[in-house]
Amino acid sequence: MNRQLLTGNAAAAWGARLAQVDYVPAFPITPQTEIIETLARWFEHGEMTGRLTMLESEHSMVTAAAAAAATGVRVFTATSSQGLLYAMEMIFTVPGWRAPFVLVNVSRGLASPITLESDHNDVLATRDSGFLQVHCATCQEVLDHVLLAYRIAEDSRVRLPVIVNLDGFTLSFTREPVELPATEAVQRFLPPFDPQNVRFRASKPVSQAVAVLAGSPYSYFRYETHLAAQQALAMLDEIAEQFFQTFGRRTGPLATYRSEDADMVFVMIGAGATKACEAADRLREAGVAAGVVRPRWLRPYPAAALRAALAGKKAVAVIDQDLSMGQGGVLHAELAAALYGMPNAPMLASIIGGLGGRNIPPEEFYDIAKRMLGFAARGETPPPQLLFTERELRQVRKLQAIAVVERKELGEKP
Amino acid sequence: MYRIRFHGRGGQGIKTAGRILGTAFFEEGFEVQDAPIYGAERRGAPMFAYVRAARAPIQERGVITHPDLVVVADETLVPVPAANLMLGVTADTVLLLNSRERPDTWRQRLNSGATVIALPVTGEITDRAALPHIGTRCAGAAARLLGVISRAALERALRTELRALGEAALTANLDEAFSAFDAMAAHEGVVHEGAAISARAYEAPDWTELPFEPARVAAPDIFAPATSVQVRTGLWRTMRPVIDYAHCHRCVWVCSTLCPDSAIHVRADGAPEIDYDHCKGCLVCAAVCPPHAIQAVPEHEAAKIEAGGAG
Repeated sequence: MNRQLLTGNAAAAWGARLAQVDYVPAFPITPQTEIIETLARWFEHGEMTGRLTMLESEHSMVTAAAAAAATGVRVFTATSSQGLLYAMEMIFTVPGWRAPFVLVNVSRGLASPITLESDHNDVLATRDSGFLQVHCATCQEVLDHVLLAYRIAEDSRVRLPVIVNLDGFTLSFTREPVELPATEAVQRFLPPFDPQNVRFRASKPVSQAVAVLAGSPYSYFRYETHLAAQQALAMLDEIAEQFFQTFGRRTGPLATYRSEDADMVFVMIGAGATKACEAADRLREAGVAAGVVRPRWLRPYPAAALRAALAGKKAVAVIDQDLSMGQGGVLHAELAAALYGMPNAPMLASIIGGLGGRNIPPEEFYDIAKRMLGFAARGETPPPQLLFTERELRQVRKLQAIAVVERKELGEKP
Repeated sequence: MYRIRFHGRGGQGIKTAGRILGTAFFEEGFEVQDAPIYGAERRGAPMFAYVRAARAPIQERGVITHPDLVVVADETLVPVPAANLMLGVTADTVLLLNSRERPDTWRQRLNSGATVIALPVTGEITDRAALPHIGTRCAGAAARLLGVISRAALERALRTELRALGEAALTANLDEAFSAFDAMAAHEGVVHEGAAISARAYEAPDWTELPFEPARVAAPDIFAPATSVQVRTGLWRTMRPVIDYAHCHRCVWVCSTLCPDSAIHVRADGAPEIDYDHCKGCLVCAAVCPPHAIQAVPEHEAAKIEAGGAG
């Protein structure tokens, strides 16, 4: 067994290497850069065959990725945050080309104010694009889900691009033990891409993704893309089983942790959820039956699996590391959509925490669990809460005090 | 679980120190999580790295707020608030300082109940191109304080992490790491694994509700001009460039243009002058100066000379 300490970024690069990708259009951005540096070194030293090309922007990079995929080769690319947003026109355009490839996004909070550390607003902005998206919680999951993403993207029933998401810093720069699968095992699980009729050639022009100037054909093509994403949902369990048979590791649409007999469940996506698992262990020692449900896949959305996992729970706290201004937590709204009308639906509370890499310490998980059970016992649902302390507010007040002095010195009203 | 934090400055090998210790733990059969934390800064900026190691898979993540061992690679970080190196330090914490001072001095200065150990700084660097092996020494010392990492595992970790540097650099680093490992023999095993925070008895979070404030207050704006001048990035410097005016050719367009922080001004008499409040000590000027008239002096020596001169 080849078990090594790898960063999340190195694990993503290993995923691309083991998938034997042919083409990597690239553009650097913190905290993703290590992925393309690693791949560039492997291409240069002949450890990977194929080509890595530096593009002039993420918009061009995603266009190049989809255009290359349309020739029937296996394509990998990666970006983060502002880069993902800069590519947004093409992120929404290329799924309709029905040419599959894999894009790794290293989550980072969005401007403004600009920041470097992680939250999920970047990847959630692509939620309605037609890209499928899978969220990883460990460096091992990053490697595993790059391979899984190709299996699903390239399946003839799906043929959609997939975003594999990992948290910046928390995973991207953090090393953990990662088992590197043998090449033969990967080849068994992920055979070479059979592009069928995806075979654009300069000598044989094809007009792909043509314009339609009427609602009816437009509806047809858009809804077919939706149905393809739903096909992917139906396949997830089957492919997870093959993955387990090949590599001995479990995956699937949801990861559950001590949730079966739990009274109170945390729902989170990404690496922050492992902290919730740790808190659940400690809460159990203190007599609180806590558990964790972590959706790996958000598109396609595993609504039925979430309903089954959360039915009959007393309280569910959705901790969103994202914020839809004027609405609240994106994941909370998704959960509410899944659970609405269910006869034994749990109390569902919304917590916003971990924006821009803001740490969620164990004590906050403990207090959330206990408070939620209190609300549930009284038959109440608490209002949405931002995890923000007096101490943090004092920090902000200190900065504002400087601003007041600054305005005075400039002769303005403070 | 062992929870270890390394504090240092960009360029001192702190990320590598964390990796060496992480790999050494891994070699000893531990589950490991290690990571560096830094922002957009460059050489000289305060940064840290952390290592978690346990016999079971690790689910904790992020900044270590309850460290068992804090390694301070650069004593000049102690008064720097941004370094935050006393975060979570208690009587159960071991504090290792790479320092010229005695541990008693630090115990008094820090007024901390922590176990304070000093790793003596070794010989000064005479070759201007060489860098001291600060990170490697700290990793070697930390390994001995933990008491669960053998010399052989430390060596394998160094070979894994520093392979790319070539045999000569690897040998030099091995020597430094072992010398620090040996210097800590009297303190072997002084660091103990800390427990997780209990969910029975803990300090409840002091949550508050964020009030609405109008945009003239709540927009992230700075109205005063040139405020970055007030950030004394000169405090990041570990090596100070010093101009020898007797040899300076006054070709100021070279040093003043290539200084990445615009910290070299041109005086009225046409000579260059370094703004030490903002020079980060990257030494680009020393490298590019055509008549080799800029010398690099370790900051603690330069400060001593300055103090002597003033007195």
